[in-house]
Amino acid sequence: MAAATDPHQIFLEEAAELLIQLEAALLSLEAAPDDRELIATAFRALHTIKGSGAMFGFDAVAEFTHQLESAFDRVRNGQLAPSAELIGIALAAKDHIRDLIGGPDAADPAAGADLLCRVSQLVGAPAAPSQAAPVAAEGRREAMVTWRIRFGLAADSLERGINPLPLLDELRSFGPCTVLALTDAVPPLAELDPVACYLRWDVMLTTDHPRGDIEGVFIFVADECELQLEAVGDAGGRLGDILVRRGDAHPETVETIAAGRERLGTLLVREGVVGEPQLRSALAEQKHVREAAGSQAAAIGSVRVPAERLDNLMDQVGELVIAQARLKQLVAACDDGHIKAVAEEIERLSNGLRDTTMGIRTVPIGSLFDRFRRLVRDLSHDLGKNVRLTMSGEETELDKTVIERLNDPLVHIVRNSLDHGIEDPDARELAGKPRQGCLQLSAAHSGAQVLVKVRDDGRGLDRDRLRAKAEEMGLLVPGAPITDAELLQTIFHPGLSTAAQVTSVSGRGVGMDVVKRAVDGLRGSIEVASVPGEGTEIALTLPLTLAIIDGLLVRVGNGRYVIPLSAVEECVELSTADDLRHTGRNFLSIRGDLVPFIRLRQTFRSPLPADPYQKVVIVAAAERRVGLVVDQVIGDHQTVIKSLSRLHADVANFSGATILGDGTVALILDVGHLVAEGQAAEPPRQAS
Amino acid sequence: MSKTILSVDDSASMRQMVKLTLGGAGYEVIEASDGSDALAKAGGGGVHMVLTDLNMPNMDGLSLIRELRKLPAYKGVPIIFLTTESDGGKKSEAKAAGATAWIVKPFQQQQLLDVVRKVLG
Repeated sequence: MAAATDPHQIFLEEAAELLIQLEAALLSLEAAPDDRELIATAFRALHTIKGSGAMFGFDAVAEFTHQLESAFDRVRNGQLAPSAELIGIALAAKDHIRDLIGGPDAADPAAGADLLCRVSQLVGAPAAPSQAAPVAAEGRREAMVTWRIRFGLAADSLERGINPLPLLDELRSFGPCTVLALTDAVPPLAELDPVACYLRWDVMLTTDHPRGDIEGVFIFVADECELQLEAVGDAGGRLGDILVRRGDAHPETVETIAAGRERLGTLLVREGVVGEPQLRSALAEQKHVREAAGSQAAAIGSVRVPAERLDNLMDQVGELVIAQARLKQLVAACDDGHIKAVAEEIERLSNGLRDTTMGIRTVPIGSLFDRFRRLVRDLSHDLGKNVRLTMSGEETELDKTVIERLNDPLVHIVRNSLDHGIEDPDARELAGKPRQGCLQLSAAHSGAQVLVKVRDDGRGLDRDRLRAKAEEMGLLVPGAPITDAELLQTIFHPGLSTAAQVTSVSGRGVGMDVVKRAVDGLRGSIEVASVPGEGTEIALTLPLTLAIIDGLLVRVGNGRYVIPLSAVEECVELSTADDLRHTGRNFLSIRGDLVPFIRLRQTFRSPLPADPYQKVVIVAAAERRVGLVVDQVIGDHQTVIKSLSRLHADVANFSGATILGDGTVALILDVGHLVAEGQAAEPPRQAS
Repeated sequence: MSKTILSVDDSASMRQMVKLTLGGAGYEVIEASDGSDALAKAGGGGVHMVLTDLNMPNMDGLSLIRELRKLPAYKGVPIIFLTTESDGGKKSEAKAAGATAWIVKPFQQQQLLDVVRKVLG
């Protein structure tokens, strides 16, 4: 062996050697499937690669090898036949491990996933008839069970070298785990012995590992440790039951106190029946069991439901939320405590129902963005470009169908950016830019809409070529004046491409028109901005079809309107001076920026006299701001968006409607439109 | 006088890591690549602590500890397992055979050093 002393380097050499051994063993095994020595060699090679790999930070290697090791463990125990198929997979897996060790980029993740899938299929499949019955092996792994583990260490155990952290880490490796430290035994500072262990821990663990494995964690500290281990089962249930089952409280006491009407936990603590830490721990168990039940349900599988049914459900939940808001208003004027209690309960339930229903349909856009990592990596490699992909707002949630239909348009846009936008490294250097190009995907809520942007720092759109092309195709009269925005819009015309050469990546001009059609189909809009030499930004504005949003309820004249709260920046009073400056422009000075404002009274042609003190709601869209002058700011209001009928499709300034608590209708303001209008009337400027 | 630790593992990189960690802290480390190698190299005694892997060719960790415990020189010597296994059955077997502690791989170097220091005093 070389004189290397770095364990990391030794691991690389060792792994290479083990892989050679593994390959040799596998090839020999093909001829002699019953040779136990060969099987043991193959297993040990995998075992060591996994163990040492994890030790030296080759996590991907360890994770991948683990599955294969498990399969060979079963071969070793006679539960699985070393079939030609298994050996074939193992040989391919061996090559994959070699690639993985070479570096995370050297291996193809898809191929790895495919191999693992084949391994698990093989392991899952019944063993060859001649082999021992696989049933016994299945028995080791049990169904998911939630355990309550309470353990404490002797006061002097820290001094004797026992560290509770690895114990907790080991438990955590078994499955979803909630750990809570019980601090009630910690004495006041004056009496505290800094090296003594006063803590005890309650651990709620949901796992398929048998009881023995959990006890095994504590085997070597058994003498210094008090341990209670109990299966909780699915009986999460009520807080009182949990505390009683744990022996922290007496059933009678809990019953008596539960007859009161406050939250049980608060009462129990106040009455001194249980301590604060015990209560928190019991609450944590309640939560853990609920979550475990939830995730197990997810593990069982999903149910396919026609989208139409979900829409109906959403509609009904919307109606429920509205009805609940009306109930709340009625109850506010009523003195009956019982009715109030019921109303509050209904509010809580309907809010929960609303959130759940919304959650059914929405997924974070990150799931879509993630697909682009590979695309950008492969494509930039093929094109000989160096591109870094950055993302933001991955957590932005969007209706699942919108996300699915967004995939193709985004692929087109990203390909265009990589192919035509971002220059190759040499050209970038000549232009004084860093050799590495940057492509940014971002998503953000913008009122009732989601703004998805693809921005690159490439060469930007070539306006001269765009114009020439448009004239050539007869879209433009040669020499006719056209605004820059209009010129950029021509890229969405079918058949228009500024690429001098047709490439396999973005093809011949099909793309942007397809993108536009797809976005239109989603009732969204698409905008392009481009600065020559600096880059291009394509912004898609997409509706949140099923959104219930938080809004700010305002009054203008006798009409009430909802402004999406996410667009609201602040509310200020319109000073008489600003108000009276009719001759000048409608501007407010907000911390040095001049913000134009729109008098909604005029826009909506309200005949009633204005309130003496007008308010201005400052709203923002697409990083521009505008003030909306209203008569009164009523307060925040959760709003179920009802779309406007087709009859009102052309109505500007409104994006939808909602029904208020008293049954009247309020229109939802289209902030994006109003901001554009306000900015167009009064171009932005800096306060002098 | 520095204390001597016997490190038994079929993985050279693991042995090297143990050696660097403990050697750097002033311990003498003897390396063996499996159970029989360990018996051959250190069967005579003179070892203050044994760190051993579980799965090894020729002689595994469990057989090794059973053999060692038969030797008078190893009566009171702490024997610690360093392994990827966290199976409860294996652990109780090891404990019954006289193991002192069980450290699950992967672990931090500091963690190993802490345990060794506490056990050896």
